[in-house]
Amino acid sequence: MTAMQIVFLVIGAATLLGGVMVVVSRNLIHAALWLILSLAGVAALFVLLEAGLLAVVQVAVYIGAIAILIIFAVMLTRRVMADSGPAANPNWWAAALAALMIFAGLVVVFMQLPALGAAQAAPLAGDPEVLVEDLGRALVDVDRYVVPFEVASVLLLAALIGAVVVARPPEEPLPGEEGR
Amino acid sequence: MSDPFGQISQFLLDLLTGWGLEAGLAAFLLKLLGAAAMGMLALFSTFLFIWGERKLLARIQIRLGPNRAGPFGIFQTVADFAKLVTKELIVPSGADHFVFLLAPILVVMSAVAVWAVVPFAPRFIGTDINVAVLYIVAVGSIGILGIMLAGWSSNNKFALLGAFRAAAQLVSYEVPMVLTLLIPTMLAGSMGTVSIVEAQRQMPFLILAPIPALLFFISSLAENGRAPFDLLEAESEIATGFNVEYGGLMFGMFFVAEFLHAFTIGALTTTLFLGGWLGPGVDRYPILGVVYFFGKSLLVWFTIIWVRMSLPRIRIDQMLAFNWKLLTPLALAAVIVFAVADKLAPGGVLGRTLVLLAGNALLAVGTLAGLWVHARASRRAATPPVGSTAPMRVNPS
Repeated sequence: MTAMQIVFLVIGAATLLGGVMVVVSRNLIHAALWLILSLAGVAALFVLLEAGLLAVVQVAVYIGAIAILIIFAVMLTRRVMADSGPAANPNWWAAALAALMIFAGLVVVFMQLPALGAAQAAPLAGDPEVLVEDLGRALVDVDRYVVPFEVASVLLLAALIGAVVVARPPEEPLPGEEGR
Repeated sequence: MSDPFGQISQFLLDLLTGWGLEAGLAAFLLKLLGAAAMGMLALFSTFLFIWGERKLLARIQIRLGPNRAGPFGIFQTVADFAKLVTKELIVPSGADHFVFLLAPILVVMSAVAVWAVVPFAPRFIGTDINVAVLYIVAVGSIGILGIMLAGWSSNNKFALLGAFRAAAQLVSYEVPMVLTLLIPTMLAGSMGTVSIVEAQRQMPFLILAPIPALLFFISSLAENGRAPFDLLEAESEIATGFNVEYGGLMFGMFFVAEFLHAFTIGALTTTLFLGGWLGPGVDRYPILGVVYFFGKSLLVWFTIIWVRMSLPRIRIDQMLAFNWKLLTPLALAAVIVFAVADKLAPGGVLGRTLVLLAGNALLAVGTLAGLWVHARASRRAATPPVGSTAPMRVNPS
């Protein structure tokens, strides 16, 4: 076992532990913290795969934005912080089914990877810097991914405008709010 | 003398492999050593920054400042630190034990980790990754997380209020900061800090992009939570906010992180806009780069302290309105203007400078016109029409 494999196993175990604890943990803030551990583990796996850009984006987007948003939402919600009710709701079987299906799908995809079963780790096809540049160009290339990219941008813009509309104070105060 | 740090690391590598270590393991150990040295440098330099800041604050307020321990009171911070270390670590009852202890560590981690990608001199950098600008954003957001967790886990209403304010302010001001970080990235054509510094060889980005530089500086000030943006630890309102329950070394960690962050802003501004270690003669004597780098950084750092002492605290609605109604739209407009102007610019330094400066002028005129219209509208709304006897509108907010 090489040092790389040991590091991979440790990080993978931490990621899985975080993922399990998110579901098991009764305190919502603790669950969010375990989620952060899990996401950080994924970022570390990206680093092991020499995908520096993805690792940093993972930290910036998932830990820096989404996890903070979750914690902020929990903090702003009344009584949720001290909540220690049941961790599962009646839909738990549907969630478990969805997780199983995604897992099965991922396994099927991974089985078809050519690198699977290879004794040696396959070298990265080209310089990482060039790959990142290629990714950037692919997102704005008409022949490649410009349409999904633009669709995602429009979706985000719609979400932004929707957030502004929802957050706007109503033109006329709601009944019972005059006194404020 | 051309590459002292490279020589030191080569010497150590030879030493370790000479002891019979595997080359890969030796390189790994050297990386660990370098990281430890960089972290220590950052944390120990904070002793000097705290002393310097207190001295400067005192001068601005016509006081003497620390003047007992050592010459010019330079050991005052050491004495303070010794006091903090010997104090008992008290965890308030009802606090979330684990999170309470984790929070200051996250905050210090985010303040120190930025230093890994700051180039001090040619070839004197922790690590030259090609996504350094994104890394700065990612690491900075971990500090926000730490502050929120500190306020939440303290089981204290004031701390929680401070955490709310921190989340509102820090998350908001991250938006214009990230947007303005795009501009040096676009101008240099790279996200690596070394490439950004090299791209400023002919013309520092401060001259090409003064408005983004100012935007970056202002939003960094807000990220640091210093006056005039010190709402998250306003002593007179919420009793220092998120860190009110912390004492001893744990409070010391927040304290160190804040003072270190002030200098980090200087270092980042220098790297991104002031040309980093570039200066006359730096190619012949790379060690001069350290002098230029710290000179420029200290200048920005001094400006931060100057602003801190000169401006009063702003209100929370002013803070949010300033960010979302002025800084963020301006940063968005700046990204668009600079993307277009840099494409249109002809080759050659002079042509590029002139085109980009024209873009800056456009932004400045647009901002001033917008502010003028807004000010006129709010003045009209405030003055009642002549001859009317309508009572003044009272706005409870």
